[in-house]
Amino acid sequence: MKISIIVTLKNEVLDPQGKVVNQTLQNMGYKNIIDVRQGKHFEIDINEKDKEKAINTADEICKKLLANLIIENYKINLN
Amino acid sequence: MKSSVIVFPGSNCDRDISVALKKFQIQNQMVWHNETNLPKSDLVVLPGGFSYGDYLRTGCIASKSQIINDIIKHAKKGGLLLGICNGFQILIETGLLPGALLRNKKLKFISKNVFLKVSNFNNKFFLNFKKKKIVELPIAHNEGNYFAGVNSLKKLEDENLIAFKYCDEKGNVNIESNPNGSSNNIAGILNDQKNILGMMPHPERLVDPVLQGEDGSLMFESLISSK
Repeated sequence: MKISIIVTLKNEVLDPQGKVVNQTLQNMGYKNIIDVRQGKHFEIDINEKDKEKAINTADEICKKLLANLIIENYKINLN
Repeated sequence: MKSSVIVFPGSNCDRDISVALKKFQIQNQMVWHNETNLPKSDLVVLPGGFSYGDYLRTGCIASKSQIINDIIKHAKKGGLLLGICNGFQILIETGLLPGALLRNKKLKFISKNVFLKVSNFNNKFFLNFKKKKIVELPIAHNEGNYFAGVNSLKKLEDENLIAFKYCDEKGNVNIESNPNGSSNNIAGILNDQKNILGMMPHPERLVDPVLQGEDGSLMFESLISSK
């Protein structure tokens, strides 16, 4: 089963890279872009048939390794 | 006094700290991250560098190393634990110190000397800073922007757990003297028991007059006098 995980900085944490990307888009003429937050995307292949178990494992590894919960949020998607 | 410097793949200040420790007659041993047993040590140092190429988050992969369990045990028993630069980032990732270290606010690697106002002398690392109070030490990092939630910051301030803050030559702590955007100009913090210190500046780089300064020596002198 394939799982995708997206980790992004929490809203209250300054994301200078996202800010610079947003500024550049504005300079390129994309005036309708309001905000950009940059994050990380993980594609994980897990040997598990049970959806719930797969999600539980994904949740655990996010908490233990992939995300720093002080500054980051994560989203898990089953493909 | 006995110390252990932990070496990770990508550590690059391990030899500098070892030279500094030996200069102050501290018996040092280098310990590879894959070891499971920590040699008997009064002080454990996590050195600066780019452990594991800063993959995932700075200090994150190193914080899961085999030797870390023994280091946590050492610290819980009250043993001294010092993390410098990448070592501070590793301490944060192990959860032994609160908060997070983000990329520098202006997204640039900063390598320069800074002034620091020592806020806590009541610990074994900083006793001798009483002589000087405002010290000059080098910083060299890309992720030194200290971040903590409002409650965490309040606790650090109220319980005097901030080791030192970035300041100007006269000791003024302000936005202009904050090199990397750290909350409250924080350059280093202590744990509740004050046996764990995490700091972005490099004391090991200023322990010899040939290197244009000796302010780093004050920390090593404090350590040996505390023993």
